[in-house]
Amino acid sequence: MLTQTLLSGLTAGAIYALVALGFAIIYNASQVINFAQGEFVMIGGMTAAALVEAGVPLPLSIVISIAAATAVGLLLAKLAIEPARGASVVTLIIITIGASILLRGLATLVWDKKIHRLPAFSGETPIVLGGAAGSATLLPQVLWVLGAGAAAVALLTWFFRRTLAGKAILAVSYNPLAAELMGISVRRTLAASFALSAALGALAGVLIAPIAFTSWDSGVMLGLKGFAAAILGGLGSAAGAVAGGLALGLVEALGAGYVSSAYKDVFAFLIILAALVFLPDGLLGRRAAERV
Amino acid sequence: MASSAAARPSGSRKPLLALAAVLAAAPLALANNYTYEVAILVGLNALACVGLNLLIGYAGQISLGHAAFFGLGAYGSALLASRYGWPTLVSLPTAVAAVGLLAWAIGRPILRLKGHYLAMATLGFGIIVSIVLSIEDGITGGPDGMPVPPLKIAAWTLAGERTWYWLIAAALLAAVWLARNLVDSPHGRALRALHGSETAAAALGVDAARHKLFVFVLSALFAATAGALAAHYSGFITPASASFLRSIELVTMVVFGGMASTFGAIVGAAVLTTLPQLLTVLKEYEMVVLGAVLMATMIFMPRGIVPTLASALGPTLEKAFAATRGKRF
Amino acid sequence: MIVRSLVAILGLVFALPALAQAPIRIGAFLAVTGPAAFLGDPEQKTLELYVDKLNAASGVLGRKLELVAYDSAGDAEKARSYVKRLIEQDKVDVIVGGSTTGETMAAVPLAEAAQVPFISLAGAVVIIEPVKKWVFKTPHTDRMACEKVFVDMRARGATRAALISGTGGFDRSMRAECLKVAAKHGVTIVADETYGAADTDMTAQLAKIKATPGVQAVLNAGFGQGPAIVTKNYRQLGISAPLYQSHGVASKQYVKLSGDAAEGVRLPAAALLVAETLPEADPQKKVVVGYKSDYEGRFHQEVSTFGGHAYDGLMLAVNAMQRAGSTEKAKVRDALEATRGYVGTGGVVNMSTQDHMGLDLSAFRMLEVRKGDWMLVK
Repeated sequence: MLTQTLLSGLTAGAIYALVALGFAIIYNASQVINFAQGEFVMIGGMTAAALVEAGVPLPLSIVISIAAATAVGLLLAKLAIEPARGASVVTLIIITIGASILLRGLATLVWDKKIHRLPAFSGETPIVLGGAAGSATLLPQVLWVLGAGAAAVALLTWFFRRTLAGKAILAVSYNPLAAELMGISVRRTLAASFALSAALGALAGVLIAPIAFTSWDSGVMLGLKGFAAAILGGLGSAAGAVAGGLALGLVEALGAGYVSSAYKDVFAFLIILAALVFLPDGLLGRRAAERV
Repeated sequence: MASSAAARPSGSRKPLLALAAVLAAAPLALANNYTYEVAILVGLNALACVGLNLLIGYAGQISLGHAAFFGLGAYGSALLASRYGWPTLVSLPTAVAAVGLLAWAIGRPILRLKGHYLAMATLGFGIIVSIVLSIEDGITGGPDGMPVPPLKIAAWTLAGERTWYWLIAAALLAAVWLARNLVDSPHGRALRALHGSETAAAALGVDAARHKLFVFVLSALFAATAGALAAHYSGFITPASASFLRSIELVTMVVFGGMASTFGAIVGAAVLTTLPQLLTVLKEYEMVVLGAVLMATMIFMPRGIVPTLASALGPTLEKAFAATRGKRF
Repeated sequence: MIVRSLVAILGLVFALPALAQAPIRIGAFLAVTGPAAFLGDPEQKTLELYVDKLNAASGVLGRKLELVAYDSAGDAEKARSYVKRLIEQDKVDVIVGGSTTGETMAAVPLAEAAQVPFISLAGAVVIIEPVKKWVFKTPHTDRMACEKVFVDMRARGATRAALISGTGGFDRSMRAECLKVAAKHGVTIVADETYGAADTDMTAQLAKIKATPGVQAVLNAGFGQGPAIVTKNYRQLGISAPLYQSHGVASKQYVKLSGDAAEGVRLPAAALLVAETLPEADPQKKVVVGYKSDYEGRFHQEVSTFGGHAYDGLMLAVNAMQRAGSTEKAKVRDALEATRGYVGTGGVVNMSTQDHMGLDLSAFRMLEVRKGDWMLVK
């Protein structure tokens, strides 16, 4: 039972990690918590599902849906966040909340209110691990989730450390004014960060649609959990987002299996609260020095 | 934003009287019980928002779990009155006081957190409360909620929309009076100093922790009162009243109306309570329009409705009422 | 003088039909958006469809029907405001609505106080027990679903069962009822697990059930996407005990989402789902086949039992008005209570002063999923 529980935790944790990464990237570039992050996940899943149902082959559907979500992310950055650049962080958060409501409303109009699924990428036969009696099983799709998640993290690390564009985003997160003075367009960086987060979110949506389905409001809870994971791991740290996501998934699964499945979310949030009280900057957060 | 919060003395009685006048005159525009109901809902939300605004706008602390206090006040009074047979006149204040105590206990550890971490802690607290209310169906009736006995003063049962309207209006006036007095007091000035720069304020001898905790508990008391009143008014309470979405709604109302503005909180509550009722005629377009309105308002009026309008109209009004000396709310 | 009298008489003659034609207002509050949207959406569509049909066929009591419907999005507080609006502002004659129990219970005191007949479309037994004078309901209760499942479990030789449910209102209410009535049917509940409504994976809970000794059957009391995920996880873990679902997932959407994993799953449901395969002699055959072809013809979507409950609600109200010969609320209420032998999509309805739902266990059919379709279990 323990192995199965841990695998269950890893599955959910990988999804939370991908969503949390999206939060972390946007936060890094603009100090904004994008409450519409979950909707990017939803857009990815729903677009792909709609395309597949219309007969488009799965790989093409995935590519198109990620592109669609990226476009939405860019639009959000350009039309909503950029015009409000000088506003307080709380105002920006409310704007993203408005965006979340708007996107969900649009989802019910463009698609419908039903639940949809994607076909599993490589079949549904469970992979059996371990011996006969105490064996645990894993769906192939979960390997896709974990694999894609790891690949995303690796790519992002390379992007932020090795490419100029990535370094530009990091520079903006450290000090926007200095970055601007160095010739980095903060506006473009903002747009790029939204585009990147949207793509990540859509990827997460497409990966889980075969196992957890997708619907017009499936982004709300995922967004919330992704946010919790990002904070737990320490905002502004990509590794933290991943660590936070995996930690949250594992805590939930272990709570469900060994404490009380009715209270597993309470258990998880209590752990998060305790973690924040003892580690106020999150698991891997930068010890931020405040300029007075 | 910090400086505008600090630079607004609000000693004038005029805005409070104006509010009283509006509340007294509003029934003329309320045609039937349904419109009264909407007005009462606005009042209840406004009551919670006035308190939340003290926390977010003046003390600069974010809370994404305030609906939990609302819900706990509601369930507290409902349970004491229905399960234990307490008279509602006693159960209500007791429940509110208990929530205040809980806020004090929770606030001490989590108010040490800053910014988004504090937001997450309050969010987590809110979710924990709403789950517990939902799961303990033996006590709370579960996700489908429980009936609540009506409010009684001695032998007189408070029923009917009109009676409740006056009660809520009075409660709101009292809350606004309290809030404005706080903002003007040494407490309030300390808060605004904290909001500007916590380190500078601490250097000046302001006990940050104590003041933050005070406002946190006060705002929780406002929310719990609103919740308990709401429960006795509707005769029914569900865990949805303590949910994450409700907490977000309250924060949105405060920011939308204008942070660091007590009347902004009321305006925000009024607009965002009535808007969905009005937009319901759009049926499936309701959500899209609501989202668009929220976004557009915050983009074009980033400080919220009341401060933006006050800045725009302020100079004009000042010239018109030359006797009033630079008093803004 | 004569001209003026003639004008007056003519005016009266033209006014009378206008007076007589004040439409009958049917008020509805449904969860068209929100987490219960797949209850409210088919309900709204059904009400619109049949109000149109009835109006096209000369209306009711010579008057047209007017539907005033609001979207309460599964929120009890919104439901309250909308019911107030229906009663006070729209002045409806009867209310058909309340997709979820929470919304219904918030509306009950309003309907009772205003004395407006209210036909609920929600499931929990608490709506009609204790009986409330003005409140009726069309769907089978969650308690009936538990009982139907337990009877079938016993028939297959299972006496020890595990329960798994979500945190939503429907789930918790049905779970509570199942725990209450299990002993009466000789079933012992040996495990009771919960998952969150928006959870993505239930293998941890199911692993716990699998590790519990002596589990002979599992009942998943839930609706939404949870049960589909449970079903898939169930097969993934290779649990051999029979799996039962609730009437909350009595829809093709559940089967589509669960895919092959749903093969062999049983659930109690209304005859509507197996309309074509019902024997000709079945009393419900005509009604369910008729509703199915109307709904699918107009909306090009599978029928759902939830839409069927809305159909029953509307038709019961109309039928009561016709028997009462008026839309006076008290008369309609009395006529509703006197409904006997009325054939709806949910079953044959026999109301009484003590029973404001009118269905018994035979109204539920036990279905099994075979090759992606429903099969009636004899």
